[in-house]
Amino acid sequence: MTDAAALTPPAARPAGVPLSPHLSPRIAARRRGRHRAEMRFRLYGLAALSLCALALIVLLASLVWSGLSAFWQTHLRLEVEISTRHVDPTRPQAGDYGGMLRAALEARFPEVTSRADRRRLHALLSSGAEEDLRRMVTADPSLIGTRQRLWLLAGTDVDMAVKTGLSRVAQQIKEGAGVRLSERQLEWLERLSREGDLALRWNSRFFTAGDSRDPERVGVLGGLVGSLLTLLVCLALALPVGVAAAVYLEEFAPRNRFTALIEVNIANLAAVPSIVFGLLGLAVFLNAFGMPRSAPLVGGAVLALLSLPIIIIAARAALRAVPPSVREAALSLGASRMQVVTHHVLPLAMPGILTGTILALANALGETAPLLMIGMVAFIVDIPRDILSPATVLPVQIYMWASGAERGFVEKTAAGIMVLLAFMLSMNAAAILMRRRVERRW
Amino acid sequence: MPMSAALLVLAILALAALGHWSGARFARRARAAGQRLPALPVYYGWYVALWTGLPSLLLLVLWAATQDWLVRQILLAQLPPTLAALPADRLALELTHIRNIAYGLAPAQGASPEVLAAVGEYLRLRGLARMAGWGLALSAAVGGLAFAAAQLSPRLRARHAVERLVLLVLLLCSVVAILTTVGIVLSLITESLRFFARVPAGEFFFGLTWSPQTAIRAEQVGASGAFGAVPLFAGTLLIGVVAMLTCVPLGLMAAVWMSEYAPARVRDIAKPALEILAGIPSVVYGFFAMLIVAPVVRDIGTALGLEVAAQSALAAGLVMGVMIIPNVSSLSDDVIRAVPMSLREGSLSLGATQAETITRVVLPAALPGIVAAVILAFSRALGETMIVVMAAGLAANITINPLDAVTTVTVHIAMLLVGDQEFDSAKTLSAFALGLVLFFATLTLNLIALHLARRYRERYD
Repeated sequence: MTDAAALTPPAARPAGVPLSPHLSPRIAARRRGRHRAEMRFRLYGLAALSLCALALIVLLASLVWSGLSAFWQTHLRLEVEISTRHVDPTRPQAGDYGGMLRAALEARFPEVTSRADRRRLHALLSSGAEEDLRRMVTADPSLIGTRQRLWLLAGTDVDMAVKTGLSRVAQQIKEGAGVRLSERQLEWLERLSREGDLALRWNSRFFTAGDSRDPERVGVLGGLVGSLLTLLVCLALALPVGVAAAVYLEEFAPRNRFTALIEVNIANLAAVPSIVFGLLGLAVFLNAFGMPRSAPLVGGAVLALLSLPIIIIAARAALRAVPPSVREAALSLGASRMQVVTHHVLPLAMPGILTGTILALANALGETAPLLMIGMVAFIVDIPRDILSPATVLPVQIYMWASGAERGFVEKTAAGIMVLLAFMLSMNAAAILMRRRVERRW
Repeated sequence: MPMSAALLVLAILALAALGHWSGARFARRARAAGQRLPALPVYYGWYVALWTGLPSLLLLVLWAATQDWLVRQILLAQLPPTLAALPADRLALELTHIRNIAYGLAPAQGASPEVLAAVGEYLRLRGLARMAGWGLALSAAVGGLAFAAAQLSPRLRARHAVERLVLLVLLLCSVVAILTTVGIVLSLITESLRFFARVPAGEFFFGLTWSPQTAIRAEQVGASGAFGAVPLFAGTLLIGVVAMLTCVPLGLMAAVWMSEYAPARVRDIAKPALEILAGIPSVVYGFFAMLIVAPVVRDIGTALGLEVAAQSALAAGLVMGVMIIPNVSSLSDDVIRAVPMSLREGSLSLGATQAETITRVVLPAALPGIVAAVILAFSRALGETMIVVMAAGLAANITINPLDAVTTVTVHIAMLLVGDQEFDSAKTLSAFALGLVLFFATLTLNLIALHLARRYRERYD
């Protein structure tokens, strides 16, 4: 095809200059109008494209804008006395670490005496701080009996206040806006901040923890592992079946009604809404076959059915791209049709097939709706271990955080999306690299 | 359990490998003895291996699919009278409960002794069924091995036999696509029929109020809600129309500019950049709609003195439109470029400007393909779930005002089936009826689009 851009119309003339002595002024005016219409049309096209680009930029920028802060989490520095009063050195697992932390807070703010104020004081720390301390002492019981200056995880209200800016929160409290911190708590935070004991620190928990009810304690690892297991099941089911189906249809199938039926089916399945596959999974895999709910096995099976048509279409295109001369040469040397396919055509088409498969998997990675149907939306704290344990996947995790009521979940949702997009991007990049590497022209 | 299942599969594969080895050895020995074989030794190996592995793996899959049903039937037959006397739908609920306890998804505390006994029985039966299945699979493997080994002879045309088997497997794999469609249609239709046994079809298709009962309590069985799905259909169409009004002008103009005006280098960047829009998961768009677009739409509307719902159809539709722009632009771009150059040249040579050529010659020539792209995009908009779940809400209104809150078919399918369900209530079953409507609506649109696209391709080939 020739280049369409080469056919640009003649450059517009300056207004007033006659186009040609033969043209009547009326025609000349009309022609100027037509050229203006041409410019307008061109602008509409450019504007449409720019609007699309703008939408993409706004989308990504707003995600980064609202999600970046989730990678840092507010911590308080306190001097904690790991005394034998709270923990028995022989059984460090069972110590009263909450009491230890409360004592540390009260030691830091000795003027706080009333019951209500003490409760407010205790609310500054997250329950995750207790968890961290327990893990630390259990790992190293020699700490018992010592005093440690530790950075401890702050609660979500403190975190939100620090991220908004303490002075702005003070302003909001004065205006009577709905702030979840009291004036006293803010004073304590300001004091800690002045003394350098309140800081945003890298949130490594976000990459090592599973889900939680508290926004400051959530992590993506559970969803990430769940997604990985689900994708592995999907790959193990969809790739062999998809390649086999593509080989049959492209290399062996006779042209008859049955083949035509299969082809229409595949084309249609590629456009069936994904939620319908979820209904299929629920009715067939869960209710008829009695497979366990929330398991990556079922999720992977549903996603395999979903991505099968896409893989078949990509694999057929890759097989078709192998030139007939390869087949003819092999056949002329006496190979059977099956040998032609397994020894020559399939190895040559494999890079293309794998590229298409990775793209289909990247697509499956983002699927949410069908997995809601088969119960992968449960609240699961533990990191899934195998394909039968209850799990959730990254997009469903994002959906659950997005519907979380606490304000702290907003940044976590956006951060989770950033992780998901990074995951997808690396898959796509792998596919593109592979295509570059192995692209060959016959 | 997955460990031991993996061991079983490994055992079958090991048997198949053994079969391969023994088959190949037979052929090599026969050759060494000076016999002429009709195939290479490796095919004798594959012949035995396929007969060992294939039937037993197939059997294993079939057994895995049916064993739970068998176990449930046996369990039902043995239930103590206090449980067996329950009405059918309560019984189904009880069975789900038993299974949940057995899988560790529900706490065992507080369950009645009958239920606990049934849990024990269920676990025992399941263990038995698993052992039986494994015995079956292993004996099939050994039997297949023995059968194939007995067939081995220097006159066996091993390559033909192997190729026929492989072809059969390939055929079976391509039938999976048909099986999937059949599975979808059957599961949707059977569950929908159960729904229509409770709620008349007339009410579902023409009723104007949708409020499936929300609280599930075990004592409260049967439907007390209203199941008129018209508000859902109307909401789906409204959001779909808003989405199309967004994506068709933008996508089409972008496609025209990219295929007719853009320098090759810009095009090479712009096309993949647009495809990114289609690659972003819909849950991300849903969050974007919820977090950014809905408040902005609302603020603008309020500034203009309009009443805008917090979850307006406009916000959801706009974002959905952006998501499906690539569906329109990419396909349209392809069909516009497929219009033969001679048509453009003819028009330009008659003195038409390029814009006139495009609007009067190129676009009309490409129209069937463009219409197919638009129909496919509309079908995608109807079936899109996450954006509307997150940005459109559950208010079932009939309106054509895009500033109101509406809800869609997909939202209700998702919401009705999330979480634990009582599988026999009209509420749960209604999701399948909605799914059936959605499936046939998108099927019709897809078939029309496929037909148009094929006709278009034939025209210029």
